Amino acid sequence: MTVDKPSSGPERVSSKRRAALLAGCAATAALTLTACGGGTTGTTTKDGFAQVPQKDGALTVWVDATRVEAAKLYQQQHPHVKLHIVTYDGDANGSNYLQTKVQLFNRTGKGWPDVVFSSQNNEVTWAVEAGFAAPLNKGLIPTATLADFASGANDVCTVDGTAYCLRNDLSQAVLWYNAPLLKKFGYTVPTTWEDYQQLGEKVAKEHPGYLVGDAGDSFTPEIYLWASKCGANHVTGPKAVSVNTSSEACTKMARLMDVLIKNRSMSISGVFSTDFGKNEAAKVLLMPGPAWYGGALFEGTFKTPAKQIAAAPIPQWKGETAPSTGNVGGGTWLLSQHSAHIKAATDFLKWVTTDNAYQGEKAPGFPAYAPAAGTWLKRQDASGYFNGDLSALKAASSQVWPGWGSGQFSQEAIWAATVKPGLTQGKSVVSMLPAWKDSIVKYATSNGYKVSQ
Amino acid sequence: MTLTHSPAGSATRRRRGAARQSRAGMAFVAAYVVLLVAFGVLPTAYAIYFAFTDAGGTVTGFANFVTTAQDFRFLDAVSHVAVYLAFWLLSLVVFVVALALLLHRLASGSASKALRFLYYIPGALAGAASVLVWLFMLDPTVSPVSSLLGALGFHTFGEVIAPGNLPLLFTVIAFWTGAGGWIVVMYGALNNIPADVMEAARIDGAGAWQTAWHVQIPMLRKWIVYMVILAFAGGAQLFVEPQLLSLASVGVAGRDYSLNQLTYDFAFQMNNINGAAAVSVELLVVSVSAAAVFVARSGFFDAD
Repeated sequence: MTVDKPSSGPERVSSKRRAALLAGCAATAALTLTACGGGTTGTTTKDGFAQVPQKDGALTVWVDATRVEAAKLYQQQHPHVKLHIVTYDGDANGSNYLQTKVQLFNRTGKGWPDVVFSSQNNEVTWAVEAGFAAPLNKGLIPTATLADFASGANDVCTVDGTAYCLRNDLSQAVLWYNAPLLKKFGYTVPTTWEDYQQLGEKVAKEHPGYLVGDAGDSFTPEIYLWASKCGANHVTGPKAVSVNTSSEACTKMARLMDVLIKNRSMSISGVFSTDFGKNEAAKVLLMPGPAWYGGALFEGTFKTPAKQIAAAPIPQWKGETAPSTGNVGGGTWLLSQHSAHIKAATDFLKWVTTDNAYQGEKAPGFPAYAPAAGTWLKRQDASGYFNGDLSALKAASSQVWPGWGSGQFSQEAIWAATVKPGLTQGKSVVSMLPAWKDSIVKYATSNGYKVSQ
Repeated sequence: MTLTHSPAGSATRRRRGAARQSRAGMAFVAAYVVLLVAFGVLPTAYAIYFAFTDAGGTVTGFANFVTTAQDFRFLDAVSHVAVYLAFWLLSLVVFVVALALLLHRLASGSASKALRFLYYIPGALAGAASVLVWLFMLDPTVSPVSSLLGALGFHTFGEVIAPGNLPLLFTVIAFWTGAGGWIVVMYGALNNIPADVMEAARIDGAGAWQTAWHVQIPMLRKWIVYMVILAFAGGAQLFVEPQLLSLASVGVAGRDYSLNQLTYDFAFQMNNINGAAAVSVELLVVSVSAAAVFVARSGFFDAD
């Protein structure tokens, strides 16, 4: 992905900050007669950005609840580093907590974390313009290290050729299935979407109640329509997006979903909803979904017993040479330009994204750093939870279709607000494709994107 | 010797006493004024400054107002808030007054105390906590009233929070969290109606309904206006209910349902704090204007 980095960005933020500081000082002085100090004088341009004077002190890292383990492990292995671990929501569900806080810190001139984890892929779309994210490939992270990340993994972090974040994990989608149940029913794993639909129709007739998929989540388009190469969200350049939901690539997948939703072999509940957990979790026969479904969903939320869940390549349309897959999340790590502990922060960032001790041995998601991914897969095999190996995940990591990007506007939010209520009311996906497109165009335009259709 | 009590000395003491009282009053008011200026007037002035300038501090006139009004979500948000306000104010006036009158009829027994306590409880819960309670109540899978929801045709959370149901849901949540306190206030106001007025009504042969309609409700008028003014201002700023419902439904309820959510989105999603300030100023103008109309029409500040 390439996103815009306005040339006036840093200057604008800086002048805004000064204005805010002055206004803040005036207001505060009137009340408390305390003077405002601070400022960013004495910066040194190094590693591609103006660094504030470096000093000793605790390194502040912001992580979500899942990544606390990573920070604690780093602390264990580096007892000499003073680490201040702050837990926040990791911007889950697009909460924008980080962006909100950074905007406030930009105004107050202090408070930024040194390193921060986010579960969102589109943080650099604002974090670069806000003068928060530091460039990483201008001296901080060695080129050789960056080259070892999975192909395309750091595209979401790259703005005009400069990497502003490192990918924590990949979320390539595969076809998860319950191996003993599939065998018991006498079915085979479908390799094409046509076979997948046929199987769904069979399941509806022969084993009603069992599911071949779920279309109830806000990331449904990322699983199905992205895999079908639907050009609904093609970020074509800085602040430019191409939106087309009426192509055959989109409509054939929408038709497939409509057939399976109608015969109820595809749920519209959403895998994390209470009703899915209560009524449908035990009825999952197949489930296209991201890499993290294995541990987080099946083992964690559904408590599916061991030796049942297996992963196969996501189906492809007949006539295609290889599957294309979508991407459902995957976290990123950012380093603050305002850090006064850049050496320590860089060391933490490098360790947390590449070291086997965390990414290979502990991380719940498929590591974006390829050498750690090998260790991670071995660990999954050794855990004994999955039925068979997870090599499908490795193959899928390089099959993410590049025609879908991470813009500043949230595709998930748009789908959830536009299409999901219609599904609940019994409308077909096909019938809602124009409304979906209309909504994407409106949100993209509102966020300053040039939209081509 | 007997000290004589001179009228002049007495007057001096009275003046001194009055001066002391006046100083004490001034001190109390001054503390309030300082807080009002710090946390009310200054932020408002700052928001107005933001609304008429751009990110660089250049005065832009009404540009921020035009930009935000042209956003495709603006009119939707206005209509959502308008529909919600209609539901909310109507239900508040009708049910709060009715329940307060009912409570007053039961004034003698211990039932009244119990009911006043019950009415008060929801208001004691913080706004966000109350909404979370409702999220639990509205999910048929876990709700203690799931059979009732089922009877109404709702079997999943998605069905409950369908867009068409939202004004009603927000009204129910807001009523549950905010109306109890007003019922207790109205009850207090009913207690202040002189006993001889009620007695006169009774002697004149007025029944419960006639007493309520012709005596009590007219005498509650100022309190009702007061309630409507505050409820209007609060309702126009609808935020917590849709925001939490949006999070709980992972976006189905829409995170730009209300004007205040749109403000939040402008500020923290689209990095347009000046646009956000413009919408906030519009809300302020609408609320103050509505309050002015209510006050002028009701004679709120007229001396009795």
